[in-house]
Amino acid sequence: MKQGNTIVIDPVTRIEGHSKITLHLNEDGRVEDARFHVTQFRGFEKLCEGRPFYEMPSLMARICGICPVSHLIASAKACDSLLAVKIPPTADKLRRIFGLAQVTQSHALSLFYLSSPDLLLGMDADPAKTNIFGVAEKNPALALDGIKLRQFGQKIIERLGGKRIHPAWIVPGGVSAPLTEVDRDAILEGIPDALAIAERTLEWFKGTMERFREEISTFGNFPTMFMGIVKEDNGLTFYDGKLRMVDASGKVVAERLDPTNYSDYIGEKVEPWSYLKSTYYKPKGFPEGVYRVGPLARLNVADRCGTPRADQELAEFHELQRTAVLSSFHYHHARLIEILYCIERLEQLLNDPEILSKHVRAIAHPNALEGVGACEAPRGTLFHHYKIDEQGLIRWVNLVIATGHNNLAMNRSVLQVAKHFVQGKRLTPGMLNRVEAVIRCYDPCLSCSTHALGQMDLQIQLISPQGEVLDEVIRK
Amino acid sequence: MSPVATVKTLKIDGRDVSGRQEETILDVARQNGIFIPRLCEMDGLSDVGACRLCLVEIKGQNKLLPACVTVVEEGMEVTTGSERLNNYRRMILELLFTERNHVCSVCVSNGHCEMQMLAQRLGITHVHFPYRYPKEEVDASHERFVIDHNRCILCTRCLRVCDEIEGAHTWDIMGRGIDAKVITDLNESWGTSETCTSCGKCVQVCPTGALFEKGRSVAEMMKRRQFLPYLTMMREENE
Repeated sequence: MKQGNTIVIDPVTRIEGHSKITLHLNEDGRVEDARFHVTQFRGFEKLCEGRPFYEMPSLMARICGICPVSHLIASAKACDSLLAVKIPPTADKLRRIFGLAQVTQSHALSLFYLSSPDLLLGMDADPAKTNIFGVAEKNPALALDGIKLRQFGQKIIERLGGKRIHPAWIVPGGVSAPLTEVDRDAILEGIPDALAIAERTLEWFKGTMERFREEISTFGNFPTMFMGIVKEDNGLTFYDGKLRMVDASGKVVAERLDPTNYSDYIGEKVEPWSYLKSTYYKPKGFPEGVYRVGPLARLNVADRCGTPRADQELAEFHELQRTAVLSSFHYHHARLIEILYCIERLEQLLNDPEILSKHVRAIAHPNALEGVGACEAPRGTLFHHYKIDEQGLIRWVNLVIATGHNNLAMNRSVLQVAKHFVQGKRLTPGMLNRVEAVIRCYDPCLSCSTHALGQMDLQIQLISPQGEVLDEVIRK
Repeated sequence: MSPVATVKTLKIDGRDVSGRQEETILDVARQNGIFIPRLCEMDGLSDVGACRLCLVEIKGQNKLLPACVTVVEEGMEVTTGSERLNNYRRMILELLFTERNHVCSVCVSNGHCEMQMLAQRLGITHVHFPYRYPKEEVDASHERFVIDHNRCILCTRCLRVCDEIEGAHTWDIMGRGIDAKVITDLNESWGTSETCTSCGKCVQVCPTGALFEKGRSVAEMMKRRQFLPYLTMMREENE
């Protein structure tokens, strides 16, 4: 009789943050349970207590170096509601531009830098090669496209905000400076190239999908609900709207949910083995209320993108499955369609005659003691919730971050992949990489989601029912 | 007949310069475009020699003297920027950074802060002392202004401008040594101060982001100090 085992992958590589995976084997040596542990902690919600709320956007941006703009937006929106002002229309549009640039660069980072090695070199490739340098060697044009696309997004952020990482341009009440004609024209000039890259990469990706049939069927391919913010017309948006939830069959479960009341329908559960909380849809309870957010979820909940090329691609995307598109492998596909949408939408917004208006900030004293700001970050729905005292000093903060929404689904996905690919007491690079690759589909940002600090490492442990570590792999 | 001013001639960093007998080394250096770091001194306010950043070497004296309160003397030879002085200055600044919680990246005065600029100018890249991380309060009870004690370096410019220029003397110092802090009235919240005229001079002269206008976001607090020498000059003329 064989002894049961647990496999531990620690740390997980090519993701944003520090985590480990444990695979629990049963007496027959088959994977019985899998856990994705987030092993870092930062405590942002605590450390900003007592600070003036005007500092919050910049303070919150420090949660993440990849998507600081999403935190700036959610934070500034929470502050707008503390001021109880309607920000000038141009400020609203400029913030949207900022957000779209951010999604473009972040998606480019996820797809080209972190996941393209798996997609291009295959899941069984030598771990020493599965990085951006390996991609540059095999397909230099693809690597260059990735770098250029990310640069396109980052340059927009720099032009508007003064710097690429942690710009302080978004402020409560609007933005701190208007867009100049020179900057507008310079950004517009880069659009045709960026669009061409997005189109090329999407074609390339669709061409490679055939090679990943097994992965598509096992990478988080299970029924869950999906959540995302949509516009009035149920179209795709990243900046503002109401929440919509669809189930695995694609049917609407709830819609027009006000993000301000998120705590009425979203619960946060703490597990003793991870610093990352798991959220769930309260009416269905835990863990039945599992849902996914992010690119795949947004395209499942949105009826349309609202830009011509992205809408064509969305129609094709929905043909992948008659129900909602369920496999998390398709996060990659959805990410590419969103990049296309972002670039098209950027062009529309930049050509708006109002965009150069100098009126970009509403000035007010705090008029409410509690405020919620929500937006769609690259990885999914982001909530910032603040309470202040009469002086305007922060007294309480709650942050619900995209990766937290996906935590339950990520755990299930790891289990599904491990059950399918991991056999025996030893880990092969192919098994290991698939377990990691399914996590990468979600593009989790652990520094954001635990508001925590860490390195990008991977650790997998194989653990027996007796708790004995049988095999352990650490990749730096 | 106007009184005859006595002029002293001296050397600063090897340059022959001259100043009136009541002028300090810092005054004369400034008139001649010679930079001496300082944080507590401000043109238009009385001098207290508190920050010790303007210490200079004077030939024939072992002791370092603060340029802001040392008057010029005939034949003096002053050195303003030796390696020894710069080491001391860096040390003083590093100690200031460790004493409270100075986080430039999320400060209202980022990019416009005298202490930050001085640290850059003196080439400070790291702080070699352990940080104290004290828990300091923020008083945002005033309708227009905020004091964040985390960023206060106890230069006392706010005290002096409030007392000497505005004449209100709302600000003062409470406690001693490491426990010292600036207070409004008898350590009451600023918003309830009966003496404060809300003129905002203290905010404008504060070298860091300790005093700022409400509603300013990160890096948005630019201070205007041009008014001070002008106000002083006009008052002297009227006297």
